[in-house]
Amino acid sequence: MRTPNTHSDRDLGRVEVKETTCYMCACRCGIRVTLRDGQVRHIEGNPQHPVNRGVICAKGSSGIMKQYSPARLTKPLLRKRGALRGDADFEEIGWEQAFELLQQRLAGIRAEDPKRFALFTGRDQMQALTGLFAKQFGTPNYAAHGGFCSVNMAAGLIYTIGGSFWEFGGPDLERSKLFIMIGTAEDHHSNPMKVALSHFKRAGGRFISINPIRTGYSAIADEWVPIRPGTDGALLLALVHEIIKQGLYDRDFLIRYTNAAELVNLDPDSTEQGMFVRFEVPKEEGCFDPQNKLWWDRDLNKPISCHTEGVDPYLLGEFKLHDGTPVKPAFQLLHERVQDYTPEWAEAITGIPAATIRRLAHEMGVTARDQRIELPIQWTDAWDNEHASVVGNPVAFHAMRGVAAHSNGFHTIRSLGILMSLLGTIDRPGGFRHKAPFPRPIPPCPKPPKGPQDVRPNSVLEGSPLGWPAEPDDLFVDEAGEPLRIDKAFSWEYPLSVHGLMHNVITNAWRGDPYPLDTLLLFMANMAWNSSMNTQKVRRMLTDRDASGEYKIPFLVVCDAFDSETVAFADLVLPDTSYLERHDVMSMLDRPISEFEGPVDSVRIPVLPPSGDCKPFQDVLIELGTRLGLPAFVREDGSRKFRDYPDFIINYETSPGSGIGFLAGWRGKIGEKFLKGEPNPRQWEMYRKNHCVYQYELPRSYQYMRNWNKGYLLWARAHGMVRYAEPVTIHLYSEPLQKFRLAARGKWDGKQPPERLRQRVETYFDPLPFFSEPLEDRLTDIHSYPLHALTQRPMAMYHSWDSQNAWLRQIHSHNFLFVNPKVGAAQGFADGDWIWIESRTSRVRCMCRFSEAVEPGTVWTWNAIGKAAGAWGLSPKADESQKGFLLNHLIDEELPPCESGEHLSNSDPVTGQAAWFDLRVKVYRTDEGEPRQSSPQFKPQPPVPGMPRRRKRWLRYFAGRKAKP
Amino acid sequence: MHPALSVIFLTTLIGAGQGFFLALYTGQVYSLGNLLPAQSSLTFYAYGSLIALALLAGGLLASFFHLGHPERAWRAASQWRTSWLSREVIILPLFMGLVLVYGALHYFGLTRPVFRLGQAVVVDLSLLVGGLASAAAFLLYLSTAMIYASLRFLQEWYSPLTVANYTLLGLASGFTLAAAFCAWSGSELVLFYTSEALLLTLIAFLVRGLSLLRNRRIRHKSTLQTAIGVRHTRIEQKAQGAMGGSFNTREFFHGRSRAAMRTLKYLFLVLVFGLPLLLLGAGLAVDSLWLPAAAFLIQYAGLLLERFYFFADSRHPQNLYYQYIS
Amino acid sequence: MTQLALVIDLNVCVGCHACVTSCKEWNTSGWAGPLSDLRPYDADPSGTFFNRVQTFEVGEFPNTETVHFPKSCLHCEDPPCVPVCPTGASYKREEDGIVLVDYDKCIGCKYCSWACPYGARELDERQRVMKKCTLCVDRIAEPTLPPEERRPACVLACPTSARLFGDIHDPNSEVSVAIREQGGYQLMPEWGTNPANHYLPRRKTRIRIHEDELLRADNPLHKEELPELPEGAETLDDVAW
Ligand SMILES: Nc1nc2c(c(=O)[nH]1)N[C@H]1C(S)=C(S)[C@@H](COP(=O)(O)OP(=O)(O)OC[C@H]3O[C@@H](n4cnc5c(=O)[nH]c(N)nc54)[C@H](O)[C@@H]3O)O[C@H]1N2
Ligand SMILES: Nc1nc2c(c(=O)[nH]1)N[C@H]1C(S)=C(S)[C@@H](COP(=O)(O)OP(=O)(O)OC[C@H]3O[C@@H](n4cnc5c(=O)[nH]c(N)nc54)[C@H](O)[C@@H]3O)O[C@H]1N2
Ligand code: SF4
Ligand code: SF4
Ligand code: SF4
Ligand code: SF4
Ligand code: SF4
Ligand SMILES: [Mo]
Repeated sequence: MRTPNTHSDRDLGRVEVKETTCYMCACRCGIRVTLRDGQVRHIEGNPQHPVNRGVICAKGSSGIMKQYSPARLTKPLLRKRGALRGDADFEEIGWEQAFELLQQRLAGIRAEDPKRFALFTGRDQMQALTGLFAKQFGTPNYAAHGGFCSVNMAAGLIYTIGGSFWEFGGPDLERSKLFIMIGTAEDHHSNPMKVALSHFKRAGGRFISINPIRTGYSAIADEWVPIRPGTDGALLLALVHEIIKQGLYDRDFLIRYTNAAELVNLDPDSTEQGMFVRFEVPKEEGCFDPQNKLWWDRDLNKPISCHTEGVDPYLLGEFKLHDGTPVKPAFQLLHERVQDYTPEWAEAITGIPAATIRRLAHEMGVTARDQRIELPIQWTDAWDNEHASVVGNPVAFHAMRGVAAHSNGFHTIRSLGILMSLLGTIDRPGGFRHKAPFPRPIPPCPKPPKGPQDVRPNSVLEGSPLGWPAEPDDLFVDEAGEPLRIDKAFSWEYPLSVHGLMHNVITNAWRGDPYPLDTLLLFMANMAWNSSMNTQKVRRMLTDRDASGEYKIPFLVVCDAFDSETVAFADLVLPDTSYLERHDVMSMLDRPISEFEGPVDSVRIPVLPPSGDCKPFQDVLIELGTRLGLPAFVREDGSRKFRDYPDFIINYETSPGSGIGFLAGWRGKIGEKFLKGEPNPRQWEMYRKNHCVYQYELPRSYQYMRNWNKGYLLWARAHGMVRYAEPVTIHLYSEPLQKFRLAARGKWDGKQPPERLRQRVETYFDPLPFFSEPLEDRLTDIHSYPLHALTQRPMAMYHSWDSQNAWLRQIHSHNFLFVNPKVGAAQGFADGDWIWIESRTSRVRCMCRFSEAVEPGTVWTWNAIGKAAGAWGLSPKADESQKGFLLNHLIDEELPPCESGEHLSNSDPVTGQAAWFDLRVKVYRTDEGEPRQSSPQFKPQPPVPGMPRRRKRWLRYFAGRKAKP
Repeated sequence: MHPALSVIFLTTLIGAGQGFFLALYTGQVYSLGNLLPAQSSLTFYAYGSLIALALLAGGLLASFFHLGHPERAWRAASQWRTSWLSREVIILPLFMGLVLVYGALHYFGLTRPVFRLGQAVVVDLSLLVGGLASAAAFLLYLSTAMIYASLRFLQEWYSPLTVANYTLLGLASGFTLAAAFCAWSGSELVLFYTSEALLLTLIAFLVRGLSLLRNRRIRHKSTLQTAIGVRHTRIEQKAQGAMGGSFNTREFFHGRSRAAMRTLKYLFLVLVFGLPLLLLGAGLAVDSLWLPAAAFLIQYAGLLLERFYFFADSRHPQNLYYQYIS
Repeated sequence: MTQLALVIDLNVCVGCHACVTSCKEWNTSGWAGPLSDLRPYDADPSGTFFNRVQTFEVGEFPNTETVHFPKSCLHCEDPPCVPVCPTGASYKREEDGIVLVDYDKCIGCKYCSWACPYGARELDERQRVMKKCTLCVDRIAEPTLPPEERRPACVLACPTSARLFGDIHDPNSEVSVAIREQGGYQLMPEWGTNPANHYLPRRKTRIRIHEDELLRADNPLHKEELPELPEGAETLDDVAW
């Protein structure tokens, strides 16, 4: 026998090792791909990469099975003449034909009414380019997955602390002592979170997980705090209550760095009611918080301009200005707000014992105050005070969709931001830390278009498709205050929908509300399945036709790499390359992979040639942009500006000569500059030589307290990260929200909400966080649907796209509904039985599994494991479609009609965040004789041209041409 | 365990083959002492050996179906120092060879005395070879049974009763077959073999019953607690890491319900012991071509079930790791 | 004598399955490969994996622990699977204690799998030979790899570094220290197989807050006590003389 000692693995063929960036998920780890005779031998974590430092996850290690998956699309496809949409009956076409078709159609739309073209993208990582394309095309109808993903997290924290979890910041577990993770299963920060958690635990840190379910990360928590879904707001506000009551907050931090001490005008008759009192009246230019508010000076016992040196203002109390205007510090208002939010009150709502809530508050407060970290790092704050050290209160939090994906999520997340601020843990060691380009002003500068006038034929869109409204006038509405985007984002229905509402695009377009679309281009989004709510209905809407026989959504273009459920509904399919076959950038203009210590961006560089006739979507967009003559892609004379995507990346600048492009590293003629600088023709090569990353480490004194760190702010402005080197004060009290509220009260000069929405805006634009039950609970009969139903991401699967992966699907070939045994006992079914789960929308048959690791009022399943028969290159008999099920069928994309409207999205009323986790259900036994098969079932999707026709019975992957000796 | 048909056939066929040969040889030895009338070399011993060989060959053939690589089966002879399986692999062909020689000696009539012991006892070559073969037969019972009885953590098997059972069940079925063989070949030894078969079946029943009783009382040493090293009274598996199953779920689980297993148990008790005892008893009273043959066929069919049950009834500790899919 | 082994720290294992697929990936194109998969795109897909991660629930709500439990061949010091093998295909290497199968000798009789109480062996149903974790023999001594990468694929992959690798006979090795200091234990000790792989148990960090930590001298609420300002009440200032 060949003993392993006498031959080397590498003797079996010609070996090459190439580096690139993984895209089996959004985490963007660096990988090393070993090829043998041109086939993938091994994909491993790149030890030189800052994100994952050599480790890799289950998905990343299964990249081979993605690359060689039978579900790969390899040819551009056109729905056959006469074939019905949804039947997946396609003919192969060439790219030239595809481009001509698109060019013709899109040029027509652009000349007439650009907003009839909509571009929506799913779990992609190239929003800088897709967004640019949409803006150049002139359509406002563009968004990525944020709206159905976790916009509450982004908006809730960015409107509070100027940065957020998600890709924008995170917990500093290296220095933290106490870590509280809320509602997180497997985040975008997949590997780094695991690395950090393990170091943290081994260093003796205490890890608490607040989650209705105990799996994954929560499994290794020192304490599991099971909570009823949708009630975290109550818990967090009770924690705030207790922290204030015990005086466990960081007073100094609140005064210097938040608006806690700033005085709020409480004159009910004033148009300025609820606004901060300012000592300078002239309206400030630009998007920053001018430091012109007032404090109440305890020594002089009178108002004084905030941040006056040597002044110690009151945080509590009520005062009168000279003119008799009653004022209170924001902190006093917060104090009053949480007065009744006692632990006992929260116990009744959350199911967590009041004593536990108190203890948690004490653990947080005492750890923050008594385990203070002091780093000998000298820095200067925005008010020119020199600090000899950086201090930190080592309590860190992390939260994700468990709090975000509820209709009360925005305020829950504001509460979390405020709790973190009370503890004094923002951009400090051991607490929350920002990642470049954050912190940004509250809210950040870009604004959406302002009205119908901003969308004009054959013109670039005014404003950006997605932006950050700071006041009612930033909304994108018509004269009547009604929506102008197809998804109704930035309307009074969801004013701060900073990531759009992708989950309502199909429904709205189908209904023609606010108007019909002509062409919908979906990129990397499985909207006919797991990224839509009410999937059955969405599938019907995609095939629905009007009286003339025309599809209600006339032309659907899908760019995907695999035969997803959505591909079946396409009129035109554009086959994308795999992540190992294309160039990509993780750009500073989008969501880079920055570290706490400074900006980092990275690239993908192909390690394999494209399969079949695949073409990178980036190249498709640039080609289309060029053919359509969009200004960014052509020269003055209309001629082609960029050869292809790599060329575009090198040479594109945000404006001529700005020196800002997609990549931050090795700019300047010879790569001598970073962040800003002329295009460098050898930029790609330099990235390749440096493991596909560019990492900049800020001077130590710029690494903390960045909201208020003068050195950092000046640096950030100098390097084009921010427009203004102004401090970013934490908004305990949110004036932007108050402005919307004033509009709802008719006290705003500009845009006003339509009557039906006044009350809604008034309620939800509370400048202070409050607890409200999720909308679904208010509008459905929760006695009929007593249970909460949730999904969680399995660590070894990415949404819908890993079922084609022969190795990963062996780990999760189907899903069960996990229920507490008490639920089974009450309903009379046993572990493993087939049961029905029903919501007000629909019902689904599935298998149940008893679990003691779930709160008894909650049932849950793994997200997106269930598939439609025949999709994803799987046999129509595959477990995914026969035993697996999709929970999305049960979730309505719209709320039941109510006083605020007929067709409101099932979303957070502030941000439009899809409220996936508000779902209420009941479960019950199936009848004798029902098929032991999940329901609903769909007509099996046939394979499309370019996919293998026969499925292999055996798979025996061995890299390399040489047969194994 | 998931019972493999190949192993069921292997062990039952060779068991019967060994038993049948031993029956033949007993006949020869007894006749030597004039306890039984002598039989024809050709029709009795030679054809008898052929039948034994056929059974053994059938078993051997079945065993090949169990192997992933039968072409390498010869390698299995190398580890006789440690492996009972290896020993079986050596002894089975050896035994078959001896039976072949034994049959051949009889067939060619090479039964001239080699030496005499006193007046009465005439020792010929076949007697010597038969003696060696008998020893091999017993060793074969031992090694077959020890393949199972030596696995410590298969507590249902880890017992001398396993060896006793394999031996007794093989002997019983072999002697029953011998009775049928005599009835058909018109040999007057029918009664002798029938009564021997009765006796062996009865003892086998007692011993098999004993092992059933023993196995019912087994307290398994391995528990979920020792399997994963967590001390808690309530542990439940939720996922085994492979939802479509794996070798470990296919090889070690029989997938039958408890009720089915109970039925199976009673069925094999009736088929292996009850009915054959009745039929053999009747055979003692009535002269019949069919009674002993029926007894054998029924008993053999029962043995297939018994062997199935034997495998299925054992709980492998590895199963603790492969209980739940989700 | 050397005995290489894995030590798995259940205290940090989050059940991510990275060790499962990285093992599959390395080994399918390596010395032990290819590792076959049956019905890869059909009902009940299954295949040869050397390492599985399982999940157990301990206790009852709300006092539930979820335990993720990775398991591969434990490279027993007294491996019951070896002596039973009739062909000698199963063997334990003298030099490092790794238990291996010689795929060219194995006849696929499965007997060794019966003799392993841990369910650690898996038949490659296409190649029809027995396979199991090799401790990545073809990595850990591979001279073309940099020394820090001469470790099993699963160990390099594991994001929580829950998998330690080393010589448990060397008392100063990382694994021996971990076993000694963190209560490392063996699976099913009742069979005397003496598994080389060990597991480290869960540990809990607790914080105890004393009453007096809440009664603080530095309670910032003190700063907010407003001076009593009696409105309109007479003071000496009002007295004229
Ligand atoms: N019930 C429920 N539903 C949910 C969620 C939930 O928690 N519960 N989560 C929501 C969230 S947060 C999100 S982000 C969405 C995600 O939803 P989607 O963004 O729709 O995610 P996927 O379905 O994984 O992938 C979309 C498509 O990308 C394709 N794809 C994969 N790689 C490539 C590639 O390289 N190029 C191209 N062009 N296409 C590729 C896949 O084939 C797939 O069809 O799901 C949402 N849906
Ligand atoms: N392996 C893998 N990794 C992924 C993805 C994937 O599909 N697979 N998807 C990526 C994407 S697009 C996203 S958006 C992120 C999402 O990352 P997560 O936010 O971690 O996503 P979910 O899996 O939806 O986890 C939600 C968690 O919140 C809990 N939860 C639900 N409701 C509540 C509640 O009311 N309160 C509390 N406290 N908890 C609650 C659920 O039990 C669950 O554990 O993950 C990313 N990473
Ligand atoms: S965490 Fe995501 S990016 Fe990192 S290796 Fe895994 S799949 Fe790839
Ligand atoms: S775990 Fe099983 S296969 Fe591995 S050495 Fe021990 S007995 Fe043998
Ligand atoms: S299956 Fe192979 S390794 Fe196992 S006992 Fe049989 S011959 Fe030996
Ligand atoms: S040591 Fe190697 S063969 Fe063993 S489980 Fe780990 S990766 Fe697999
Ligand atoms: S890779 Fe590490 S953390 Fe993940 S399952 Fe395996 S041992 Fe556990
Ligand atoms: Mo997401």
